[in-house]
Order: sequence, then C-alpha cells, then structure tokens
Amino acid sequence: MAIDFLYPQYEVIRNRDRCITCRACERQCANKVHHYDVDFERMESDESKCVDCHRCVSLCPTRALKIVKTNHTFRENANWQGETIMEVYRQAGTGGTLLSSMGNPKDFPVYWDKMLINASQVTNPSIDPLREPMEIRTYLGKKPGKIERDENGKIIPNLSPRLKLEVPVMFSAMSYGSISYNAHESLARASKEMGTFYNTGEGGLHEDFYQWGNNTIVQVASGRFGVQKDYLDAGAAIEIKIGQGAKPGIGGHLPGAKVAPDISRTRMIPEGTDAISPAPHHDIYSIEDLRQLVFSLKEATAYQKPVIVKISAVHNVAAIASGIARSGADIIAIDGYRGGTGAAPTRIRDNVGIPIELALAAVDQRLRDEGIRDNVSVVVGGSIRNSADIVKAIALGADAVYIATSALMALGCHLCRTCQNGLCNWGIATQRPELVKRLNPDIGSKRLVNLLTAWSHEIREMMGGMGINSIEALRGNRLMLRGIGLNEKELEILGIKHAGE
Amino acid sequence: MLKEGQYHIPSGCAISGIFHKDGRRTDGSEIIRSIATMHDRSNGLGGGFAAYGIYPEYADCYAFHLFYENLAIKEETEKLLEENFEIASFAKIPTRKHPSITDEPLIWRYFVFPRRYKLNESQLDESEFVSRVVTKINHLYDGAYVFSSGKNCGVFKAIGFPEDVGIYYKLEEYEAYSWTAHGRYPTNTPGWWGGAHPFAMLDFTIVHNGEISSYDANRRSIEMHGYKCDLLTDTEVITYIFDYLIRKQGLTMEEAAHVVAAPFWSTIEKMPPEQAEEYTYLRDAYSNLLITGPFSIMLGFTNGIMALNDRLKLRSMVVGEKGEDVYIASEEAAIRVIQPKLDSLWSPRGGEPVIVTLNEDAQGKE
Repeated sequence: MAIDFLYPQYEVIRNRDRCITCRACERQCANKVHHYDVDFERMESDESKCVDCHRCVSLCPTRALKIVKTNHTFRENANWQGETIMEVYRQAGTGGTLLSSMGNPKDFPVYWDKMLINASQVTNPSIDPLREPMEIRTYLGKKPGKIERDENGKIIPNLSPRLKLEVPVMFSAMSYGSISYNAHESLARASKEMGTFYNTGEGGLHEDFYQWGNNTIVQVASGRFGVQKDYLDAGAAIEIKIGQGAKPGIGGHLPGAKVAPDISRTRMIPEGTDAISPAPHHDIYSIEDLRQLVFSLKEATAYQKPVIVKISAVHNVAAIASGIARSGADIIAIDGYRGGTGAAPTRIRDNVGIPIELALAAVDQRLRDEGIRDNVSVVVGGSIRNSADIVKAIALGADAVYIATSALMALGCHLCRTCQNGLCNWGIATQRPELVKRLNPDIGSKRLVNLLTAWSHEIREMMGGMGINSIEALRGNRLMLRGIGLNEKELEILGIKHAGE
Repeated sequence: MLKEGQYHIPSGCAISGIFHKDGRRTDGSEIIRSIATMHDRSNGLGGGFAAYGIYPEYADCYAFHLFYENLAIKEETEKLLEENFEIASFAKIPTRKHPSITDEPLIWRYFVFPRRYKLNESQLDESEFVSRVVTKINHLYDGAYVFSSGKNCGVFKAIGFPEDVGIYYKLEEYEAYSWTAHGRYPTNTPGWWGGAHPFAMLDFTIVHNGEISSYDANRRSIEMHGYKCDLLTDTEVITYIFDYLIRKQGLTMEEAAHVVAAPFWSTIEKMPPEQAEEYTYLRDAYSNLLITGPFSIMLGFTNGIMALNDRLKLRSMVVGEKGEDVYIASEEAAIRVIQPKLDSLWSPRGGEPVIVTLNEDAQGKE
C-alpha cells in the first residue's frame, strides 16, 4: 500500500566524476544497495536497502561515495517526529513488534558528560606516569573481612577465588551466534594479551576457544545454551545473566536462520531451530533461588571460580544488588540502559531501565550503607565509551567496567544498528562465511589491544594528575568528581558535589 | 564560613617526635624546641602534641580530654560519661594565658573506666566499648569533642603555632617517654580546635604531614566499619585505618604499614614467593585502605612509635638515633637543634615503616 512507503532515511551520494565503476561497493554490500547498470555503464544504488554502515564508503578506492541523512521530511512537528510516524506506518502494515539493535540512541542525559575530574595543584603533587609506577591492576572478588593465622602466626591466604585484571576493563557478554567466530576469536586473543577477560554470552563456548579459558567468563543465562560441565570448568569465572541493559525483563531470540552447524553444536540445540531464552530463569523466581543457583554452580566447579551475577539497571537496582551481595555471588555486574544488543524490541530498548551512572552510584552507596560493599566487586557496563568514562565509573565506586559496543567498534562496527538482520558487512554480527572472513582475528585482536592500551595510558595520565598512583585509591573516591549542570537531586544520587563547591 | 568538618581541608605540616627506648621520661621543653625550629612549616592555624607515660597515677584509666563549646553541652556530655563510666577524677586541663592563643573552648580532662554492667550489657570488649562512646560524643554531641582517649597518654592541641600551644598547655609539667608534635599549615581556616593534630583514638595518636589523594576512597571504606569521619581530615581517616587494621583486624604494625603504603606490584613480584603471597594478600584484602598521595606520619601507641612515609616518599622525614633516644622529624634541623651529636641519621624509604618500641625491661614500668 502507498502509505507503507517510507522514504529511505539515508541517501547514497556518488560522485560520478570520481567513480571508476570498479564495483567494489557492489561486492562489499551484503544489503545489495549497489549494482552495475550494464546499459548505462555506471553504478546505481538503491538507498532503501542502505543501513549506513559505511562499508562501501570505507572501501571505495576513489572516495566517490558518501552517505547523507535525507532532507526529505514530514511537516515539522515536535511531538510527531518523522521516526515516530514511520514506526506507526510500519506497525500498521505488519502487526509486528519493532526490533532494533545496539544501545538506546535516544537523547537522554549522559551523566558521564556531566561529571568532571579533579587534578592536583600545589598542596599535593601530581605524579608523572612516565616516571613513576602507576598501577591499574585490579582483583575482583569478595574480600575476606577477617584475617586468619596459622600456629606460627603467619597469615593464611583465605581469599576466595578471584579474577586478576591487568586493566580494569573486560569485554562484556556477546554470544557466539550474535557475533561471529572471528569476532569471538579477536576478543579472546586480546583478553589474553591484555591480561583481562571476555565473556561468552549465552551461546556456549566454541570448542576451538577452550584454549583461552583462563581469559574467559562463561555465562549461564536463562536458555542455558551450551552449559555443561566442561564449559563451566573451562572459564575463569561463571556469570549468571539475569538481565541485560538493552532489554531488561525480557529474554532473547536467536532466529533459526543463524543457528548454523557450528552454532548448533556450541549451543547444543538442533540446527536451524530458534534459540529462545526465557525472560526469567525458570529456576530463579526469587532471591533465595538465586542463592541456590550460585551455590549449585560453585559446587559444580569445586568452589574454584568466582560467580558473577549480572543484572540490568532498573529502578530498584540498589535493593536488588544488596540481595545479590548476600547471595554468595562474588561479583555484581550492572548493565545500564544504553548497553548494546544484537536485537531487542525497540520500545524496550528505548524505554526500560535507568542510566548506569545513577545505578552505580546508588548501588555502591547502598552496599556501603549496609556495610557489605566488600562482599562483592562491582562491574558496570552500558555504556562505557572512553577512558574518562572508566575513571569516572571507578571514582563513583566501580571496581572495573565491561565494554562491548566500543570493542565492536574497534573491530569495525560503525554502529548502523541493524545487527538483527545478520548481514553485517564488517563481519561482526553475522554468521555468513563470506562476511565473517572480512574480519581478520589477527588484525581484530591487535586493534582491541591497541584500544585497551591507549585507554590504559589515558587512565594512568588522569590518575597521575589527581596524585593517585594506584587504582584502588580511586575506587569510590567521589571527591575526585564534580557535577556540572546537575540539579540537587542528581548530585545527591551521584554522591558528588557541584563544580565550584 | 564553614567550620572544619563541614568540608575537606588540605594541609601541609611539620612533625617531630622523641622516643626514649629505656622508658626514661622527659618533660615537654625539648619537643617544643624541636617543632619550633620548623616554624615556617606551620602557619599558626594548628599545633599539638601527644605524650605517653604522663599519667602513671591513673595508668589503668582512660584519660579523656574534651573540648566543649559551652556549659550546656558539657553537662549533657558528662551525663553520658557518667552513665557509661566510673569517673576516677576530673578537672580542667591547666593552661596559661598566651597572647596568640585565643577563642579557647572549655578544656576538661576525665580519668574513667567503663562501668562493669554497661560493658557486659554491650557485649563488646573494653576498647571497643570505649571507642564507641567516643565516636558517639564526637558524632552526635554538637559542641563536645573528645580529642584524647587513651590510657596513660594524652593529646594537647589548639589553634596557634605549636611552640605557643606547648607553652599554653604547660607541657614542661608533663613527663613522657614518647613525645610527638605537629605544626599545621592548612589551606583554609579550620575555625575550631578539633582539627589540629595529633588526632587520637584510644591509645593511637597520629601526627601527619601531607595531603592524601585517596581520602574519599579511604573514608567511604572505613565508615563501613562503624567509624564516623566528622572532621573530614586526612589524619582522622588515617587514625581510623590504623585502629581498624591493628585493633580490630589484628594486623601487626608492620603488616598495617604494608596495607596503607603497599609496595608496588612490580616490587612484590620480585619478592620470594612466600613473601610475595603475603604482600599480595594484604594489598588485595585491604585494597580500599591503601593511601596514596604524600604523607609522613608518626603513629604513637603504648610502648612504641611508628614512622611511615607514603610509597613514593613525597614528604621529607628523617630518623636519628643517639644512645637510647630516637628522633623523628620532617627536617634534620629539628633533630639537630636538640641533639647535635647523633649516632646515626637516615631517611627511611617510602613505604618502609620505622617501628621503635620500649626495651623489654622498660615495658610496663613507665
């Protein structure tokens, strides 16, 4: 029907003077935007298929291409904006739920950008990280709370199992299935090189990747895909995924089309079947059930591995975290509403959950008020965009951060937010062999290492400026932060003063 | 203007200490001369002293020194003291007028021990019971402040230059085997006397020079363990950290030093495996109590004293020895002025605690 016609949001602009009709764009585009017109001997494009992923732009040898936002528009209306109108047409035409991917793109406040970091002047020297040690190693896990000594008075090392991070950054959960084999290999190898961890997500662990087990966090999610004894034993830690920032309160759905032979084997489900994760864990209907699962997993792995419980940042996050801190879990991971996803209902992604900055501040303070902050480490994600976000997160009280969107960007992701189509031209969110091979794990892992190395330098530089030479002295050090343009309530929740105070 | 305790004030300082290992007690005139040498390291906004072995006649009582802002709060506080303690003796702390010491609060001293039934009722050990009462007064009794609470030791402090504070409190009339002194250079006007050093909790007293960059991380962590940081000073939080690590967690002085001024990971990795394991354990288990930024501190305790620099040694501190006497100061001049001929003099390395205790035959005799 005519009303279902939606004018494409992005237009492909081709500079005909530059185009040499090499047809690279045509070969690169899995969405089939470009084609060669034999009669006119020139390249044509169908922008209705374009997702604005920049693959063709990046590989055009003569820089003949660019993608621009269309200026075709509805009559201006602050309430009924173009996207809103188009979504109504789409739903009226199909009767379906809108799907999106990656994190919430809406214009909500980004609190990271409303906090400023301190530096030393006169009374306290700043420290030069090029001349002095500047320590960012972090251990995650429960603190013992009490020392024990043997008969000779020597301290018994009674620490529970923990994770040792050489950088306070881990790669957040992305399943094999939602992202490609080569993307996983890149993450695994980079984790090993940087002394940190990546996370399997709920898709199980490919047999080829067991070799990086010491740098792997294995996830147990509601679908329990790929969960078996060897899988649990392979990882350095086990993460129970309760929720995900992009879609709190709902499950997941990997379409059967993506369940290729390899994925079927890894997930332990038949080829071509939909992999559906239920919204809740059907053995966790309450906090006491969580405790049982935590200890079931600990029993299964002989109390050798820390257990992480990952929740999405929702309204009551502080109280929930307090419950988790008493559940036997060693680490709480909190995922903010800007966290990414391979596919989520648009309405949920854009409207459910709260910002990670506020959730982190509330959780850290609540755990301290209850005197149980040392029972657990706190890891936050969704979305950490750069090293300054990390410094601010740690100063608010996090032990470490999870990153995923920025890690995918390091691998080439251009944030076109159409992962759900499985046609990722960058070889990341796809299972098509011809696309997957575009991502070379040698290069991918190197770029991830570069990213974390660069961020580590910047973290050290900012710490040195504050006169702090070890990251634990930054953790929860909220006096190192000031708010800018925040109201009293926001400052109160963040537990920081306003700039100038 | 806000008073100290309502915001965080950085300050620089001078510190000095004298310790007689043989338990010999000397009066306060030497320590005053020593700290006076470093006059320019203070700015007249705080000075103080701690002395050990000064109350042999009440050696078994907790000696509480209190500042009161008015008589009403004194009465209210004394009611609380009476409820919880037998009071063996109490009096105004003797002072002499000094032109540069002004705005004095009421300054009182009480020798007390916990009432047996109160202690039993609380199910706490004695020291914890006492420390909770002290915390309660300092946190909840507005206008009352316990600035000294140990046995056979005492803190004397005021706003002013330390040498004037010493004269004001008549320190020549006290004899101690261990003296520490502090001259303060705060970057704001503290507004009241409580913020001067030493800072004390039970028999721990701390004098401190520096501004710690880990302050809020340390504060928010230690407050989980029942402490209330009312002064918002670095020294206060350092005192609580040592009290927690040593008295509550049972670490040795040396172990506590390796928590607050932990060696770098790169240093730990070079240690023999067993030692590396212990240091790693301490850093990890108490990571929130690592102190960064410049500091030199002297921690006084019954029978001993510990001097410690931050891990990078960003503040000066020297130690000198002569016979049975040990001298510790921010500057060598402050030692030489009272003891020109030393057997040895050295500058302790960052993070390396210098722990001096009474000779065995002198312990318990002080």
